[in-house]
Amino acid sequence: MASAHADSEHAEHAGHGDHPPYLAHHFDTPEQQFDSAKLGMWVFIVTEILMFGGLFVAYLIYKGQEPAIFIEAHNRLDWKMGSVNTIVLLFSSLTAALAVRSSQLGKKNETTMWLTITILCALAFLGIKYVEYSHKFHDGLLPGRFFTAHLPEHAHNGHVLPQRASMFFALYFMMTGLHGLHVVIGMSILGWVLVRNHRGQFSPEYFTPVEIGALYWHLVDLVWIYLFPLVYLVG
Amino acid sequence: MATEVAGAHGHDEPDHLAPYLSPEAGRGIKGWLLTLDHKRIGLMYLVSTLLAFFMGGVFALLVRLELFAPGRTIMSAEYYNRAFTLHGAIMVFLFIIPAVPGALGNFVLPIMLGTKDVAFPRLNLLSFYVYLFGATFALYSIISGSVDTGWTFYTPYSTTSNTSVVSMVLGAFILGFSSILTGLNFIVTIHKLRAPGLHWKRLPLFVWGTYATSIIQVLATPVLAITLLLLAAERTFGLGIFDPALGGDPILFQHFFWFYSHPAVYIMIVPGMAVASELFATFSRRAIFGYFAIAMSSLGLALVGFLVWGHHMYTSGQSEFATTLFAALTMLVAIPSGVKVFNWTATLYKGSIVLTTPMLYALSFLILFTIGGLTGLFVGALSVDIHLHDTYFVVAHFHYVMMGGTVMAFVGGILYWWPKMTGKLYDESLAKKGWFFVFVGFNTTFLIQFIMGSKGMPRRYYDYLPQFETYHKISTVGSWLLLVGFLLTAWALIKSIRSGEKSPPNPWGSAGFEWQGTESPPVMQNFRVTPTITRGPYDYHLCSDEELFDGFPEDAEK
Ligand code: HEM
Ligand SMILES: [Cu+2]
Repeated sequence: MASAHADSEHAEHAGHGDHPPYLAHHFDTPEQQFDSAKLGMWVFIVTEILMFGGLFVAYLIYKGQEPAIFIEAHNRLDWKMGSVNTIVLLFSSLTAALAVRSSQLGKKNETTMWLTITILCALAFLGIKYVEYSHKFHDGLLPGRFFTAHLPEHAHNGHVLPQRASMFFALYFMMTGLHGLHVVIGMSILGWVLVRNHRGQFSPEYFTPVEIGALYWHLVDLVWIYLFPLVYLVG
Repeated sequence: MATEVAGAHGHDEPDHLAPYLSPEAGRGIKGWLLTLDHKRIGLMYLVSTLLAFFMGGVFALLVRLELFAPGRTIMSAEYYNRAFTLHGAIMVFLFIIPAVPGALGNFVLPIMLGTKDVAFPRLNLLSFYVYLFGATFALYSIISGSVDTGWTFYTPYSTTSNTSVVSMVLGAFILGFSSILTGLNFIVTIHKLRAPGLHWKRLPLFVWGTYATSIIQVLATPVLAITLLLLAAERTFGLGIFDPALGGDPILFQHFFWFYSHPAVYIMIVPGMAVASELFATFSRRAIFGYFAIAMSSLGLALVGFLVWGHHMYTSGQSEFATTLFAALTMLVAIPSGVKVFNWTATLYKGSIVLTTPMLYALSFLILFTIGGLTGLFVGALSVDIHLHDTYFVVAHFHYVMMGGTVMAFVGGILYWWPKMTGKLYDESLAKKGWFFVFVGFNTTFLIQFIMGSKGMPRRYYDYLPQFETYHKISTVGSWLLLVGFLLTAWALIKSIRSGEKSPPNPWGSAGFEWQGTESPPVMQNFRVTPTITRGPYDYHLCSDEELFDGFPEDAEK
């Protein structure tokens, strides 16, 4: 089987001649490299979805066990801020897609613009999340041993939450916290892509990192698209 | 991704046509620690996982020694709990899960695919460092109070035990990511980097097995990750997710844990099956029987492995409907394993069997895995398991699978690919002596545990009733024989490194791609010229036995 492969004879001394600088030694063609990167990211996205899946399952199980408490607890969430954040993320997914498009067309400055807007959206999301979180801290809604919302001093319109509502917030903080972490990671990836774009490393022939970064960003968006209605709206 | 690598060769750039172990392929310690070569990374995995095996083995010997006599023998009950927990946790998370994919898979898989490296060499190196990072957490846990929960970390004990649970759990969490990255890399490599002519029906069975394993790693491990994260958060913040007092449910932990850990037993055994398939073909000198069936049964295991986790929880308070359903589904997983066993046996039938040491390990694998698998049906049967659950019967069962299966195949695989990895031959007669002690020692240690368990000796107990003493003594003596066997084997390998004869490219006369197409050891980019695959990996009928050793005549003509 180790017979010489006539037309790939050149491939053995990769790094020379027709091997463009962005093509790694062990790939034969740019398409192969691009497809590999893309498949790799898709597989990673599947992994991420299963990871969040565990939390969603836990949420649904406990919601099924104590539906009334979950409804009551979810009323303490700020659905307006959640909605704004949903719009921000959806919009950022659009700008991420536009960044891919513009880098495919070789429009470097446009790519820079779309990436910057995407990152700004991510920052806005985190800012709003911060405001939301600090309200929750203030209301004693941190879960577990920090939960104080069942005490009289944290009465809300004359109501206190039952202590068991802590479960809702345990899941809320785990889900939104892990998602927030993904926002930070996604933002960092896009920041790195931005730097490389700025250095002029991308071209219509090679824009893999933009594509991959955007793909990851869509995952971040996707998780939120399920998280928001389930936790904020349905309760 | 790895753009910089492709630049023109500078002074520090490795020479891709130099033997991969030579200084030209990577100089000094940096040439190892920063290498992107899958073969060097594979060797680093091999060394680390063998160290883990040694550590886990020491704990096993201590556990067995403590059980040599009733009452206190060498340690207190507290330390006993830690010893068996560390044994289990190290063997599972640090040894058996990364061992075959990380060490053998990394080394062999790209060569079998006729490619220069895995799809993402940097990610590959990263996964190794993530492994080391996770191992550091585990070591930290050991020195800072250790863990006494059992490797299963069941709540509520794990949320209340005052040992160092969080760092061990974070260690397992991090190790999971290493496992995911390896799996991801292999999936992409198998899909995208096959040499011209290597279509799916020509893939070596080792590749099929690794592919199935990678799928499980990618799908199941994240669920363990989130479970362990919840457990760590539960301990740190008292979240209450697994605490009934706060509305949580400890059984949910068990569901999550086994949703990962049952598929994970296939992460452990399928690579062993993958290695064994190669060994059977090479040393029977004939095309593997039922190639397609073996390949598909690996995928079958990956699939049905996800549907049976409840068989670990028959006595945990599941509904009757759930236990019945899981018991029925469990019978299903026996089918793919059975398919494999029958096909391997049929491969041996009328083959020209060569009893080298790797083949002895492969045959041990076949026998011991069959025992392990069949006793799995006993414990999978609902009514029987109510009696056998948490007894030594279960301990014997999973050791027959994991050690009798995977470890035998792993050692066989190391010996088999050793000449390729190091370019040196090892002392067969010494290795055979090692095998003898391993095989006899293994059965002495664990066969008796089936009997002891069926008579009611519970698992994880520090002390026992007098009627179990003889069994325990025999089992402990067995563990010493095992030790002798592994020491002899280790000695054979060390001797080979120090003074082994130089190996020809294909010392076993295998038709496998990795033997036919490369030197021993291979050059850095594996093949001097990108190969074109024109036949299958088991086409022994295409040439005579003698020709095998020098390569296929048709290849020589070209
Ligand atoms: C070197 C030979 C080995 C000996 C003598 C040995 C012995 C033991 C003993 C005495 C136990 C405790 C049983 C109990 O009371 O529950 C145990 C548990 C276990 N062993 Fe091994 N073992 C060996 C190799 C292995 C290997 C290679 C693996 C895995 C790949 C393994 C995986 C386990 C696991 C998962 C447990 C359960 C730990 C727990 O209950 O948390 N063992 N072994
Ligand atoms: Cu199982």
